[in-house]
Amino acid sequence: MNPSMAITEAPGLFTADGLTGLIFLIMMAVTVIGGLIACCAERLVRAIAGLIVCFIGVAALYYFLNSPFVAMLQILIYVGAICITIAFAIMLAAPEESRKHGPAGPLSGPLGFISASLVAIGLIAMAMRTVFTSYPKINKGTVEEIGIEFLTTYAMVFELISIVLLIAIIGALVIARAGRSK
Amino acid sequence: MSLTLLNVIVAVVIAIAFAAANAAYLVWAERRGAARIQRRPGPNINGPFGLLQPPIDGIKLMTKQLMIPGGADKILFMVAPVLAMAPAIMSFVTIPFSENIVARNMDIGVLMIFAFASMGAMAILLAGWGSRNKYSVMASVRAVSQNVSYEIPMLITAITVIMVNGSMDLKAINLAQAGGFWHWNIFPSLQSPLMPVSFIIFFICSLAETNRAPFDLGEAESELVAGFHTEYGSMGFGLFFMAEYANIVIGASLTTLLFLGGWGCPFGLFPGVWWFLLKIYLLIATFIWIRWTFPRTTIYGLLNLSWKILIPISLFNLLLTAGFMKVF
Repeated sequence: MNPSMAITEAPGLFTADGLTGLIFLIMMAVTVIGGLIACCAERLVRAIAGLIVCFIGVAALYYFLNSPFVAMLQILIYVGAICITIAFAIMLAAPEESRKHGPAGPLSGPLGFISASLVAIGLIAMAMRTVFTSYPKINKGTVEEIGIEFLTTYAMVFELISIVLLIAIIGALVIARAGRSK
Repeated sequence: MSLTLLNVIVAVVIAIAFAAANAAYLVWAERRGAARIQRRPGPNINGPFGLLQPPIDGIKLMTKQLMIPGGADKILFMVAPVLAMAPAIMSFVTIPFSENIVARNMDIGVLMIFAFASMGAMAILLAGWGSRNKYSVMASVRAVSQNVSYEIPMLITAITVIMVNGSMDLKAINLAQAGGFWHWNIFPSLQSPLMPVSFIIFFICSLAETNRAPFDLGEAESELVAGFHTEYGSMGFGLFFMAEYANIVIGASLTTLLFLGGWGCPFGLFPGVWWFLLKIYLLIATFIWIRWTFPRTTIYGLLNLSWKILIPISLFNLLLTAGFMKVF
């Protein structure tokens, strides 16, 4: 189906388009529910569990959009590395009750609700008015093609990101070493 | 190459059945192996050679009451065993048992297995934290620090193999090793002279990743009661147990596929699923043998082994392989 074509009538549930749409909606729901858990949970570890659900939903979306490589890296890096590191840090720092506390900020309550709805209305209005055009596929999204793109077209960006990561690692090592006496 | 709904359902059912059957009978094999090594009988009453012991154990686990300790975080406590089992089932989807027996061959198969394997640590973490038991928390911190540190040399070694074979597709890696044991990745080649070292590193890491003795610091009974699953009874414990054995099967399969020629015969005769099963069960027998032969290490020895020995060697191996591939 041409993505730029407007859908005039809803496809039947058991057609290819209908099932695709259903899967897409399920993945959106997983992502949104995960995000809500991450925001609303009282305990930090539960918030991280919500974050994992959210990341898995996003990874499923990448897979849905025909980029399995990005989907797997999303799981490997965000779920397998970042979430575990965060959870680890929380458990080592505050293994017992780590509920939210502290005074509520000025944006909590009605003001927060109003500002959030303004942002939501703005985004919805923008999304409704934009004419979505389909772009030609850049490549097949295989590892080989992504690697070639990284080392030719985006070589500069790739190298700069690796330098940023190197600096972050060295910085973390310096900070960690500073705590030791000898 | 269309993947119909029926295909998916059949693949998932077979994966779950294979994992469950393996979990049940590997427990039996482990108990018999342990008994043989320690010179005692082991389970030998129920059925011939005690072969009816696993179903009886399963029925016992399933009929027990599900107990949730009072102070536990109920949701996380219930979610953790499922989160331990689900990634293991997912990994079976892309493992090729032979040239045609594969649920869904992906061109990033290796990456997919590692991605889902890394989720297993999260299940241990949530189980330990959700139980609200200090032994469980200690054990899950240990298990996760171990998993994270052994994932690094394992991935670096896998990258070495991927570089030599030029593909992340498990099927393509195996087709490149077809036709006799001298083509297998475990033997040194002109492109990578240190391949046997890679194999040993990979094997040690898969032992550590599956939390097996001598690296089972996460469930050291003498110090931590039963580790991260102290508070679990009935099928919650059963799921952790099944996940552990499913992970062992995946580790053995991955080692076979990456280093031992997968479904290929050592002499190039009759390649097929039987060779694959023979190889993985030989590897699993080695897992059991190692578990009951070596005493448990300490946590510092364990982490030092990874960070001070395995990671430098695997990095050096990666650079050496890259150099050799460039020269030859």
